[in-house]
Amino acid sequence: MPDQTRAELASRLIPMLQEIQEELGYIAPEAVEWLSEHLGVSKQEIFGVATFYNFFRLNPPGRHEIHVCLGTACHVGGGEKLLDTIREKLGIEPGETTPDGRFSLERVACVGACALAPTVVVDGEVHGRMTQRSLKRLLDRIEREDREAMGGK
Amino acid sequence: MESDDVIEVLVCRGTGCESSKSDVLQERLVEEVQRHGLDGRVVVKRVGCHGLCQQGPVIAIEPEGLFYCQVKESDIPEIVESHFVKGQPVERLFYEAPDGKRIPHYRDIPFYSEQQRVILAKSGHIDPGEIDDYVAAGGYKGLERALKEMTPDEVVAEVERSGLRGRGGAGFPTGLKWKFARRSPGDVKYAICNADEGDPGAFMDGSILIADPHAVLEGLSIAAYAIGAHEAFIYVRHEYPAAVASLKRAIAQSYERGFLGKDILGTGFDLDIKMMEGAGAFVCGEETALMASIEGRRGMPRPRPPFPVESGLWGKPTVINNVKTLAAVSLILRNGADWFRSIGTEGSPGTAIFSLTGKVRNTGLVEVPMGATLRHIIFDVGGGVKEGRKFKAVQTGGPAGGCLPAEKLDLPVDFDSLKAAGAIMGSGGMIVMDESTCMVDVARYFLSFTQAESCGKCTPCRVGTLQMLRLLDKIRSGRGEEGDIEKLLALCDTVVKGSLCGLGQNAPNPVLTTIQYFRDEYEAHIRDKVCPAMVCKDLIKFVIDPDKCIGCGACARICPTGAARGEKESVHTIEQELCIKCGACYEVCPPRARAVMKVPVGQTLEGAKGGAE
Ligand SMILES: Cc1cc2nc3c(=O)[nH]c(=O)nc-3n(C[C@H](O)[C@H](O)[C@H](O)COP(=O)(O)O)c2cc1C
Ligand code: FES
Ligand code: FES
Repeated sequence: MPDQTRAELASRLIPMLQEIQEELGYIAPEAVEWLSEHLGVSKQEIFGVATFYNFFRLNPPGRHEIHVCLGTACHVGGGEKLLDTIREKLGIEPGETTPDGRFSLERVACVGACALAPTVVVDGEVHGRMTQRSLKRLLDRIEREDREAMGGK
Repeated sequence: MESDDVIEVLVCRGTGCESSKSDVLQERLVEEVQRHGLDGRVVVKRVGCHGLCQQGPVIAIEPEGLFYCQVKESDIPEIVESHFVKGQPVERLFYEAPDGKRIPHYRDIPFYSEQQRVILAKSGHIDPGEIDDYVAAGGYKGLERALKEMTPDEVVAEVERSGLRGRGGAGFPTGLKWKFARRSPGDVKYAICNADEGDPGAFMDGSILIADPHAVLEGLSIAAYAIGAHEAFIYVRHEYPAAVASLKRAIAQSYERGFLGKDILGTGFDLDIKMMEGAGAFVCGEETALMASIEGRRGMPRPRPPFPVESGLWGKPTVINNVKTLAAVSLILRNGADWFRSIGTEGSPGTAIFSLTGKVRNTGLVEVPMGATLRHIIFDVGGGVKEGRKFKAVQTGGPAGGCLPAEKLDLPVDFDSLKAAGAIMGSGGMIVMDESTCMVDVARYFLSFTQAESCGKCTPCRVGTLQMLRLLDKIRSGRGEEGDIEKLLALCDTVVKGSLCGLGQNAPNPVLTTIQYFRDEYEAHIRDKVCPAMVCKDLIKFVIDPDKCIGCGACARICPTGAARGEKESVHTIEQELCIKCGACYEVCPPRARAVMKVPVGQTLEGAKGGAE
């Protein structure tokens, strides 16, 4: 696109990475290749940007994405304990996905529902005032629903 | 039918209330209203955060100003039938004061009556998705006045005269910033709204964008006009999908209605506003890093000068302001500088907005005149510490701020006084802590945050914070030694003096203030190997008091490792080898038993009990 300067193209890098992640759930290597050609930005530069920002992930997420809030209000309200619950129950650390690809776990620093700390976001839905018990129940429910969905096939 | 017969039902769809399913409440309300044939007489509207998130989901009934708290889906038919059909409000859903009395009107609830809501006046009262609501509430009057009656220089002068200081944290005079940008040579200039809200544990800016987005767009347009920009940006934190959606809609409506685009309001002024989502880097809230991010690069701060007002976005003169600053600008242009100066203090006119959270009874969004005391905010508005516990500290300013003790409660809150006390005003995060909060743990929490978010460009910040973090970890795990506090203080000094941007320069604040005000707590960790708040995992263990255990088995059921065990109906025990100290057993042990106890590692249950008596 000759009418666009290099700077203008470059400024579209982050929005385009965001779109790609929205579509694919992560920044796939092929997407980086394509972006590099399209925007005239080197692959190293794209990886540099993608790894700098916490939002971008370079590996596919699980089918259910869990974000445990560890913002200040949630930390003071016991967010770490919720992380323990998930660690023990699913056997994964933040940044990881269960081997069966069902759950992935991330930490997040505040989702804006601090008044109801501690919060956990599951598949985009914010759950406030979580306790270890209610979190365990929520995970159990998701597993049950998944099993039912599988069984229904 | 008379128009004042119309009942407006305002359903709070702020992030807090929405997390307890207020979207479902709204759907059900609409259904029930239709079922009773009340369409037209009862109007159901969505609003942004009403303020008292603690009581969510909340519903306000206007024009009466009645207020329903903690509404459940099953309450909806009763509200519609009893209140809207029969005219009998549902009293059991009114706010319950600590003395058990029910308060029907929100304006009588101390949480609201003790505030002065100016910038938040429309939040929770207008439908943010309808530009007409904003206009009907006096919106865009400020922009109109600026464009039609004032020259850009006059606008700058008005803002200067108002004494408005930036609400993003540093408190820099807004009018002055605009004057510099206006004077900078060049045809192309930019205005930016900083909506990155980096403070992890604060939700003022996001809430305003959800509840009253046009107030921010109006302020940004005024800023652009004042400095001579025709392109503006809003950089929004991506963790706020609702704020992003709200802004998108508001921007589109503004274009449709001629508040944005070409020849705005027929005045010949052109302006485009673009929105950009951040990508989860705290440092991008810093102005130079934010601009790098808009340009598509890694968001790393650069040394100033040159300041953005001379050389900012793509090297052009740029003004960057916080969400609340711009919302205040709209009101200043509408009501005049004198009005603004009449609120707050001489040095910090206007109001301060806080997101009040933590161990306080009324959590939510709070607006008070600058100069109000911490005590007023936490006790009069906030209702004091939750569950009748004792106040220990209040944290303001997020990772760049500090923790203030009870002795500082009568401090009037403004930019200068908080800074003098070692904390900062910050953007508006205010977190209340009680005896169950460990100050070493809090300091470590903030430091781990800044350390992880350090962009790594300058060594004092990158390495210094890491060394500090290691020391804090050492203290927290009971391996602290004499002299560690001094080492920490020396590191603080290095990091403050040697860092390039505000992230590093302020990162030591949480450590410095906790040492200054809670040194004994550090010493307890170091000398006695005790965490007085019983938080630090390595210094506590969980045990079951056999005299109190009722054998309900709740602990054994929740324990993820099988450490808590026992026969049904008999006394349970915790196998220390297996225990990961997640505290789940402590959480579920029924209040009537309270058999699970936290005990310092070095002590036995008997020893701990003896010490407590
Ligand atoms: C590490 C760091 C993070 C910051 N984060 C924010 C932020 O999230 N929001 C904000 O408005 N200002 C933030 N600031 C302050 C901005 O650099 C800038 O001062 C502010 O946006 C100016 O607006 P104001 O004059 O209206 O306050 C941050 C500063 C630093 C050093
Ligand atoms: S700190 Fe967790 S939602 Fe804000
Ligand atoms: S989100 Fe509903 S009152 Fe704050």
